Amino acid sequence: MKKKLLLLVSLTLVLTGILSACGKSGSGTSDQTFRMNLTTEPPSLDVAQAQDQVSFTVLSGLFEGLVRMDAKGEIAPGVAEKWDVSDDGKKYTFHLRDNAKWSNGDPVTAQDFEYSWKRTLDPKLNPPAPYAYQLYYVKNGQNYNIATDNPDHVSDPSQVGVKALDDKTLEVDLENPTPYFLNIAAFFTAYPVKKDAKFGEAEGYISNGPFKLKSWKHGDSIELVPNENYWDKDSIKLKDVKFLMVKDPNTEFSMYKTGQLDWSGLPTGSIPPAQLDKLRQENNKELSIKGIASTYFYNFNNTKKPFDNAKVREALSMAINRQDIVDKVTKAGQTPAYGFVSTGIHGVNGEYRSEVKDDYFKEDVAKAKELLAEGLKEEGMTKMPEFSLSFNEGPHKTIAEAIANMWKENLGIDVKLELQEWKVFLKNRQSLNYDVARAGWGADYNDPMTFIDLYTSKSGNNDIGFKNPEYDALVKEAYSTADQQKRVDAMAKAEQILIGDNMAVMPIYYYSSNQLVKPYVKNYVVDYSGNLDYTRISIEK
Amino acid sequence: MSQTAPSPFEKLEHKHQEAEVIATESRSTWQITWARLRSNRWAMTSLYILIAITLLSIFCPIFSPYTSYTNNLDNTFASPSAKHWFGTDNLGRDLFTRTWLGVRISLIVGVAAALFDLIIGIIYGGIMGYAGSRVGGAMNKIAEMLYAIPHLLVVILLSVVMGSSLTTIIIALSITGWITMSWIVRGQILQLKNQEYVLAAQSMGASSARILFKHLIPNTLGPIIVTVTLSVPSAIFAEAFLSFLGLGVQSPASSLGTLIGEALSSWTIYPWMMFIPASLLSITMLAFNIFGDGLQDAFDPKMKK
Amino acid sequence: MVRYLGGKLINIVFSLLILATATFFLMKAVPGDPFTQEKAIPPEIKANIMAHYGLDKPIGEQYLIYMKKLVQFDLGLSMKSQDRTVTSIISQSFGTSAKIGAFAIVISVIIGVYLGMMAALRHRKLVDNTAMFLAVIGISVPNFVIGSMIQYFLSVKLQIFHVAGLESPIDYVLPTIALSTLPIAFIARLTRSTMLEVLTSDYIRTAKAKGLTPRAILWQHGLRNGILPVVTYLGPMTANIITGSVVVEQIFGLPGLGAYFVDSVMNRDYTLIMGITIFYAVILMAARFITDVLYIFVDPRIKLSGGVVKS
Repeated sequence: MKKKLLLLVSLTLVLTGILSACGKSGSGTSDQTFRMNLTTEPPSLDVAQAQDQVSFTVLSGLFEGLVRMDAKGEIAPGVAEKWDVSDDGKKYTFHLRDNAKWSNGDPVTAQDFEYSWKRTLDPKLNPPAPYAYQLYYVKNGQNYNIATDNPDHVSDPSQVGVKALDDKTLEVDLENPTPYFLNIAAFFTAYPVKKDAKFGEAEGYISNGPFKLKSWKHGDSIELVPNENYWDKDSIKLKDVKFLMVKDPNTEFSMYKTGQLDWSGLPTGSIPPAQLDKLRQENNKELSIKGIASTYFYNFNNTKKPFDNAKVREALSMAINRQDIVDKVTKAGQTPAYGFVSTGIHGVNGEYRSEVKDDYFKEDVAKAKELLAEGLKEEGMTKMPEFSLSFNEGPHKTIAEAIANMWKENLGIDVKLELQEWKVFLKNRQSLNYDVARAGWGADYNDPMTFIDLYTSKSGNNDIGFKNPEYDALVKEAYSTADQQKRVDAMAKAEQILIGDNMAVMPIYYYSSNQLVKPYVKNYVVDYSGNLDYTRISIEK
Repeated sequence: MSQTAPSPFEKLEHKHQEAEVIATESRSTWQITWARLRSNRWAMTSLYILIAITLLSIFCPIFSPYTSYTNNLDNTFASPSAKHWFGTDNLGRDLFTRTWLGVRISLIVGVAAALFDLIIGIIYGGIMGYAGSRVGGAMNKIAEMLYAIPHLLVVILLSVVMGSSLTTIIIALSITGWITMSWIVRGQILQLKNQEYVLAAQSMGASSARILFKHLIPNTLGPIIVTVTLSVPSAIFAEAFLSFLGLGVQSPASSLGTLIGEALSSWTIYPWMMFIPASLLSITMLAFNIFGDGLQDAFDPKMKK
Repeated sequence: MVRYLGGKLINIVFSLLILATATFFLMKAVPGDPFTQEKAIPPEIKANIMAHYGLDKPIGEQYLIYMKKLVQFDLGLSMKSQDRTVTSIISQSFGTSAKIGAFAIVISVIIGVYLGMMAALRHRKLVDNTAMFLAVIGISVPNFVIGSMIQYFLSVKLQIFHVAGLESPIDYVLPTIALSTLPIAFIARLTRSTMLEVLTSDYIRTAKAKGLTPRAILWQHGLRNGILPVVTYLGPMTANIITGSVVVEQIFGLPGLGAYFVDSVMNRDYTLIMGITIFYAVILMAARFITDVLYIFVDPRIKLSGGVVKS
């Protein structure tokens, strides 16, 4: 009996040894390979269908737009060598470089861009493109895209303001002067598409960027290799980009630690909060923290008693300690937010947030108590009723618990915490079925407008019930001019109305982007909004 | 499981309304079972442990100087100490209080789900077993169909629709859990239905309901009690599993499952945050299982050495 | 017997139709749709997309359309991964789950029966206690705790295995261990208690009288009877392993079907929810069907009416 057991144990050990030996041999990484985690399968690698961070991260290596962002976050030439802008800021003419080629060797033409944009805007696309509105800046884009119940519908695609004058010249007409249009032109919705390319599998996939799609193992991994036809292939050092799809952050962290990943954390992965905290405490050299253009805030339901009262909203906002939240709760290097437009967004000359200070209010418990009492009196209430604070799964729970505790201690308010499943939560929030709800907004393009136009009366993302004609007028004013100083002034006034006068939402912090990067990974770029440009990475072991 | 060795008959005064009542039999069975159980050291130890855990989960949170929700942001992730016996969590909340509350919630989930299983299972299984083969067969087919629905799907859908509250979890766990129970009841009843004392009761004019509730169900109690005892830990386990997927009992309440789930990301740094609730969960699971096994041995004399 | 099995098959098909119906309406009762997202799609575009998928039609009509396709074995396109059919998602990901599941079943049966037999043979002795102790760990420690602990100690600390992924055969070891602890424990307990019962029965006594050694008796006579409840347990075990694989696949980052199951509900990927549910139900029913058939062969005494399966 004992002998048999011994035999069994030793057999297992030997087997383990053999298996691990062959396991190890496969794990060695070749030079110039970069591995990161996507967490999930990209829903689509079709330029017209993509709308999420994961798809975007993969697409950004596969494609290149008319222009691209350089290492400093400035617009740099992409497929377009140079471009001209008309004086009224409404007409852009792009001149494409001769050596821009698709991964199959064909030249990239202006017609490929025209085809791609019109394809995305086509209301009969199968299925219709969810992110088509990113191209609404183009003249008649919106009216072409929206076919039903639209009296101004343009059914003729030649009316859409994008046109190939010849193989290498693309002319774009805009609805409004849009100073940040080059930002949009660098965005993935504006990438070119080769007619007849396939997007579902690696086979038949044609792209024009630094890399091409080598393999796509659904649910498991995606591999990119350099595109030998890329015009700037000399600045591409990586030989292999490997994306994994590991859902569990703890697993991702362990994989990074054991060298199965070279990158962990944002934009498409995450670092477990407790581990991040520890890494920060030990000043880990591989950890990089950077503020990004996103704001974390709480929605007040502006249509519901007592949250329809500005004083009540202000009281709640003044009674929490944001510094404590970022230092002791989230502990990930965020910045306390007292405004709505986040840090990292361009203003007139430099950053908007340093030109327009976010001193719309100050935390003050005594003042908060006064305001609450006044507000409740105006509402005809004697005591703040118990209300619910809803949020979804993730770090939001901890933040909500901390804030509820601050309200309880500072104002004596009882809050019911309500964790909701993601889509239930969104549905409730979008239909104003909440009291206070967690929210976040990240910049789509580098301009304060990406935040400010959220709360116009007609905005599809206005999920707080805020309606203010003066605010709408200011947004319209900013839209109508190309003068950046005038635009920023108007938007700053709008922000004063939104936060300073009304506290329509309660800003909490400006996000940070955290990542663990192996020291041998060089020349990566994390841009203002937290996107990673991995195309120019080199591995220097 | 059948009742062998009936007591010797006694002459009773004839009362019409108690035509077929036998007065002394069942008590002695319970006594025998209890005596057998008492001689099983492991089972008794488990029983004491369960009682202790239950009492601790009731009284520890009451007498603790801390609440389960008060934050202390200056003392987060503290190691176990004289002030905080189990340390503190990411918001500086006392884990001793939270852990025992967690035990309480886990026990509530387990016991409530088992009770629901029991009630529905007995009613459905009883009818299924006692009804004729056509109705019983049809009911069995329905149960089989329900059993084929992937359990996890129902639980996920329900918790998404109803929100992850304690009630949702109990309902979700028992919505499929009762089927097993009803089959056991049915099996027992089918076995017992043809025994002589049922025939005797029928011949003495007892109604079907009376036979079902007075004779059949009491006689099937042994395996049922065992199943209930064993379904408590499965429900506790299932809840822990849901917590891992983020669908468990939600804050500010916590179950052992949620505590373990939350600690999973940090146990390599703060091992006690996971090991304390995990140990308590394991001890509870073990005690229920060993006690259940002991009960099974006690109810089934054949197993006795 | 053919009639008996034929009846079972008809029963399965009927059950599947009912299941599909129930799931369809339950799923539609869940708030949100596949295109609900944080940055809301403008309502006009969303209406256009909903119409494309036929989600603007009355629910009864949607149901009829779906069922019509279903009986033609068309599970449709995924609404989240627009370029893929539900069938291709299931067939690509189930391979991984099935492999690990099969390993886990084989290992559970071998180790579980072995432990159970040993425990019965040495009833109340050290081996019994050790075997039962191992079984008890399987029963009392959640597999996500076991999974993350073996991952940490064997992969991160000792670096014997990869943390995640399935690149070489060795990568199957940890997921299989994590997935089999619970079934091993169940089978060991089941075998032990059956064996204890068997060992006290008459024919064993006869065998003893003939002078066979206890071990010979156990392996020759006991095992055949002892394996019966394990066969019965096959159905519930399959269910357990499917459920367990959701956790194990997440921890070990495996491209299996388990992850899709939870995600499909979270994404409201209607076609995928339906597809996976029906697929799982087919597997569960098939497992029970096989159990029934096996039972006929293993135990000729069995009556041909629904057997009670205890889990």
